[in-house]
Amino acid sequence: MRTIDVIGTAIDNSFRSKLRTTLTVIAIFIGAFTLTITNGLGTGINNYINNTVAAIGAQDVLTVTKVATDATTTGPKKYNPDLVAASGGGRPGTTVQALTPSDITTITNLTGVKSVQPTLSISPGYIQNGSGTKYTVTAIGAVPGITLQLASGSQLSSTSSQSQVVLAKSYVRALGLSSNSAAIGATVKIGVTDAARNSSTIDATVVGISEASLGAIADAATTNSALTQKLFDAQTVGLTGAAKDRFSQASVRFAGSASEAEVTKLKERLTKAGYSGQTVADQIGTFKTVIDVIVLVLNAFAVIALLAASFGIVNTLLMSVQERTREIGLMKAMGMSGSKVFGLFSFEAVFIGFLGSAIGAAVAILVGSGVSAALSGSVFSDLPGLTLIAFSPASIALIIIIVMAIAFVAGTLPAAKAARQDPIESLRYE
Amino acid sequence: MPVPILAARDVTKFYGKGAGRFDALKGVSLEIFEGESVAIVGKSGSGKSTLMHLLALLDRPSGGSIELSGSDAVLLTGTTLNTTRNRTFGFVFQQFFLTGGASVLENVILPLKIAGIGSRERKRRGLEALAALELEDKASNRASNLSGGQKQRAVIARALVNNPRIIFADEPTGNLDTATGAVVEDILFALNRDKGITLIVVTHDEDLAARCDRRIYIRDGLVVSTGSAVAA
Repeated sequence: MRTIDVIGTAIDNSFRSKLRTTLTVIAIFIGAFTLTITNGLGTGINNYINNTVAAIGAQDVLTVTKVATDATTTGPKKYNPDLVAASGGGRPGTTVQALTPSDITTITNLTGVKSVQPTLSISPGYIQNGSGTKYTVTAIGAVPGITLQLASGSQLSSTSSQSQVVLAKSYVRALGLSSNSAAIGATVKIGVTDAARNSSTIDATVVGISEASLGAIADAATTNSALTQKLFDAQTVGLTGAAKDRFSQASVRFAGSASEAEVTKLKERLTKAGYSGQTVADQIGTFKTVIDVIVLVLNAFAVIALLAASFGIVNTLLMSVQERTREIGLMKAMGMSGSKVFGLFSFEAVFIGFLGSAIGAAVAILVGSGVSAALSGSVFSDLPGLTLIAFSPASIALIIIIVMAIAFVAGTLPAAKAARQDPIESLRYE
Repeated sequence: MPVPILAARDVTKFYGKGAGRFDALKGVSLEIFEGESVAIVGKSGSGKSTLMHLLALLDRPSGGSIELSGSDAVLLTGTTLNTTRNRTFGFVFQQFFLTGGASVLENVILPLKIAGIGSRERKRRGLEALAALELEDKASNRASNLSGGQKQRAVIARALVNNPRIIFADEPTGNLDTATGAVVEDILFALNRDKGITLIVVTHDEDLAARCDRRIYIRDGLVVSTGSAVAA
């Protein structure tokens, strides 16, 4: 029997008992549907993270911190005058060993480092438009090269001497500005308190309004280099050099063309010198790992559903072998080889698996896209660009292939039973 | 003396072992020549079906040998055995073994499909075989919608479609009324006479056996007598 005839006959046979095939296909459908949705969830969220990477940091920058000498010990740690509060990324109370100007010099002298900019930790008291209400605000100094997700306006300039600020969307109305576009160019006052509790204000020009995203905090203002420096100077009035020049972290720029291996080497050099460097990709990697683990757990549930469905395939085919005993016997008497009989039944299983998974994936794409579109218009309207459930052709193809493979394995038992059948036994009259 | 197309040489066959051993054939020798029609006659349990299975190479003898055109069939294994069965034998069973849901044509071309013949050629030869049995108008009908006689004719068409050298007919008229049975008998003997296909009929029906060139009587696993036809 030709392979094409084996396939054709197997497909015909699977439609011979329509109800039974349909029920089995439904069982596989449920598994494949779930698997496609959970996978789509992972793809969607990871895509979103990738797209918003630029908002979290520039691509050619390493965030460098000093490795605390007793970082690994538990219990109360020895007092270290160089410890400062971590500037974000850690849980409250986390401290890191401060970088001093001599550290900055050391890092600057490492091979592969283009420039080092210590991250100035700024903590303004409030933001105010004219003589309006004062609002608290979290300010973050922009790393040169960062690309914020803007609702309107333009990116910050790291070289301009103008004091620029990008405000989170939520501040527009609060500060009495009529719209996002109307806010561009407005001058706002940022209040700072220095070490001696003396207040002062610094004027800043709003150049952009940022969208809420993973990289941006909802109640944050992002300041350009010039404004960051001014705010830092204002809040450190009265501090002496050593007390002032303590940084929780620094941004190290390297060549934008650096390969992954070169970046790894640079990180190794930093580690050797007693620092730890993380690229944006490393930081994102942590997010992604968490999401991947969640998706993996969800996938495991879908696979359990598929395993249950595979027993449905075994059952269906065993019944089918039972029903077709005579037919199998006749085919073998007519010179059909056992291996072709095996092929006939195992391909029937694969075909049932294909039907279930293809229909499951197709329906999952429809439902997932619909749900995703509905959600991004309502619940996730604050996170523009988020497609909660996204589908990649490669992963859909992979799911279909995996389900077909599971179906094949499930089909081997009945198929082997059919292949072993003795034509004489099968053709014996009752 | 020509070489017999099929020969059994002191063939024995037993099932089980020890005290439960059952000897179905206790040493059967026979020769069947090309173009003959032979009836293997016996009651149920006589061993006639076992003999047919051995002659059709569906089973292997416990002792002795089966010769196909003079060569020992034990040498045929795997693909060669399957190909030989496919090319040499056609089967007509008492129970038709048609796939009810499939079309008559689909049923008839099954041996060709197994032989790996292309679909156009299959269709042509299938329709030809159906035409020979005056069933061409039923080609696309479901096999389950045929009458008993039509079913048996479809089965004969299936046995015929691959131009076999030998047709085994196991109680070919057992499930048919007398008139229809007679028609089916006529078809089988016409094939034997006109196309020279060797016909081996397994039956307990004396009237059917009487129409064959030769009768081999089996009782309790032994050949008890052979006889040539006096008149058909």
